[in-house]
Amino acid sequence: MSANAAPTIRVSGLTKRFGAVHAVRGIDFEVSAGEIFGLVGPDGAGKTTTMRMLAGVLRPDAGTLSIDGIDVARDPEKAKLHLSYMPQRFGLYEDLTVGENVFFYAELFAVPRRERVARSAELLHAAGLEGFERRLAGQLSGGMKQKLGLVCALIHTPRVLLLDEPTTGVDPVSRRDFWAILYRLRESGVSIVMATAYMDEAERCSRLALFHSGEVRHCDTPARLKAAMPGALLAVHAAQPRAVHRALAGLPGVLGALLMGDRVHVRVDDAARRVPELETALRTAGIADARIDPAAPGIEDVFVALLGTPAG
Amino acid sequence: MSPRRLFAMMYKEALQILRDPRSLAIALVMPLMQMGLLGYGVSLDIKHVPICVYDQENSQLTRSIVSRFDAAGWFSIDRRLHSQAGVRHAIDAGECIAAVVIPVDFSRTLASTGAASIQAVFDATDVNTSNIAQGYLQGIVAGVNAEIETRWSAAHGVRASGVGRIDLQPGTWFNETLDSRNFIIPGVVAVILALIGAQLTSLTVSREWERGTMEQLISTPVTALEVMLGKLIPYFVVGMIDAAVCLALTVFWFDVPFRGNLLTLFAATALFSLVVLGIGYMISVRIRSQLAASQIALLVTLLPTTLLSGYTFPIDQMPRVIQAITLIVYPRYYVTILRGIFLKASTLFDLWQPLLGLVVFAILIVWLASRAFHKRLD
Repeated sequence: MSANAAPTIRVSGLTKRFGAVHAVRGIDFEVSAGEIFGLVGPDGAGKTTTMRMLAGVLRPDAGTLSIDGIDVARDPEKAKLHLSYMPQRFGLYEDLTVGENVFFYAELFAVPRRERVARSAELLHAAGLEGFERRLAGQLSGGMKQKLGLVCALIHTPRVLLLDEPTTGVDPVSRRDFWAILYRLRESGVSIVMATAYMDEAERCSRLALFHSGEVRHCDTPARLKAAMPGALLAVHAAQPRAVHRALAGLPGVLGALLMGDRVHVRVDDAARRVPELETALRTAGIADARIDPAAPGIEDVFVALLGTPAG
Repeated sequence: MSPRRLFAMMYKEALQILRDPRSLAIALVMPLMQMGLLGYGVSLDIKHVPICVYDQENSQLTRSIVSRFDAAGWFSIDRRLHSQAGVRHAIDAGECIAAVVIPVDFSRTLASTGAASIQAVFDATDVNTSNIAQGYLQGIVAGVNAEIETRWSAAHGVRASGVGRIDLQPGTWFNETLDSRNFIIPGVVAVILALIGAQLTSLTVSREWERGTMEQLISTPVTALEVMLGKLIPYFVVGMIDAAVCLALTVFWFDVPFRGNLLTLFAATALFSLVVLGIGYMISVRIRSQLAASQIALLVTLLPTTLLSGYTFPIDQMPRVIQAITLIVYPRYYVTILRGIFLKASTLFDLWQPLLGLVVFAILIVWLASRAFHKRLD
């Protein structure tokens, strides 16, 4: 991350209404070259609307929005030369083959022929789509479709890459390929904005914007967001995590309790003082097999701690 | 506008047309089906209409007249009757549409007075068919009259008129064979082109909205004009192929005489295609569902073309208000041009008014279409 360079994306006071619904309420953020900027938040928090405004396909009602110094709201067509956008819903032609889709997007961005051939070979290889050039896009698996989307988005070497939940419904192997490509892009100085519902992906972002009801409530690196989380986090392991959650939620000193599969994350104001109290409460509830350990917070915990609601 | 992006759009669209069975069916199969349905079904012609004959005289002359009814192909003589009661019965029982009665003194009356009449009784429950049948019978009788006249003239060495008179009726113009098909089929071509053209393009933009490909497309530098032309040009080619097939069927299958100029026909067809494709495109841009768009396209093209273009109902017989309305019914210009070219050998100069009408509409529609599409979601 080059801190001194001017930010590639500047968003300030960005606002969008749909009738009575205030989808985005005056948000601000900046993204530098070589950053992966994550948009995290529950459905309906305004992530997709923000993405669409960045992509120049939706007009903001108020605020400014610039990409490489180009005002996206005023001159979206100029900005579009430098950006690539992958919508949440698969946006390529299912009745065209892999190769035809790549060719089409390369032509729309006037990629020179030789560059196109070399770049598409390289990208298809990185995406694990080599040998699938003649297959119809509609006959690819979910993960392959998303990787093809990324290949088409990158065929013209954009300066800004906008990805709206690109790995939703994608298998782990494809997600790994996907991220390998993103890391390489970051190295080459591309600014990536990515909305994600996966907390493990949020952890990998350079910085995160936590969206809630159309606002960016917090915006920082994952590490600093975690450091800013009030209280201490404890993990309670037990055979019956739901019973643990019932027994502990709402006790004095318990700031939050979050069910995490086989365990419960409990955030308390003071770990040293509260652990014995929690143990007592568990015994009273008849839970004998519980084990309490200090835990490192994940983004999900941070989100709940800061916003009082789960992110996904 | 970048030629490269335009070609990319056209190429993509062409691939999609070729791979979409629905588009292909509309493009290639529907015109043939409609040509068959409308060409035969809407035809006001009659073929092998059953008639009965009561030939009271049964002479060589009357038998030759009766055989002409049979030979023309329009009628088939199903029964020969032998009494006036039989005529009534045959009509009542629906055994024939018309009964022809030749009086017992037919030849004698004709020879002595130079005029004689044949009685024809029609079953008027099917007014249309009986009217048409009447016209055809009169046509045949007129032919007989002409022959009698010629023969008389030859025998007496002087030119005579009014010698053989068996109910002579005024003839028809431009359609001497009395084939209503010649009048109808060129109009059918217009109906089919209007239908197919608007159907094809009505799906093209709404499909992108429906499938979610539009959101990504509008995030690229492609311009609205490139999108429009990239979609219209491939379908224009398809439309012209359809037009060529329909017009070829008109001439070679339905035997409608072609008397005009091929270039004028091409120009008019190209203009008309542009108008209907543009209308379909505009609908498609506004209506983001394929089904709704194609329904609206059907409504907008089918109704004016069939009802107000003069294709079935002559415009000059409509009330004045409706006649005025037909001025904005674009298919009327094309129907007028087609009939002019096919039946009257009209030249470019003869047809300047309807051609100008089409030019105005083509410019208007393409201009509106180019402004209809915005690269935005809202």
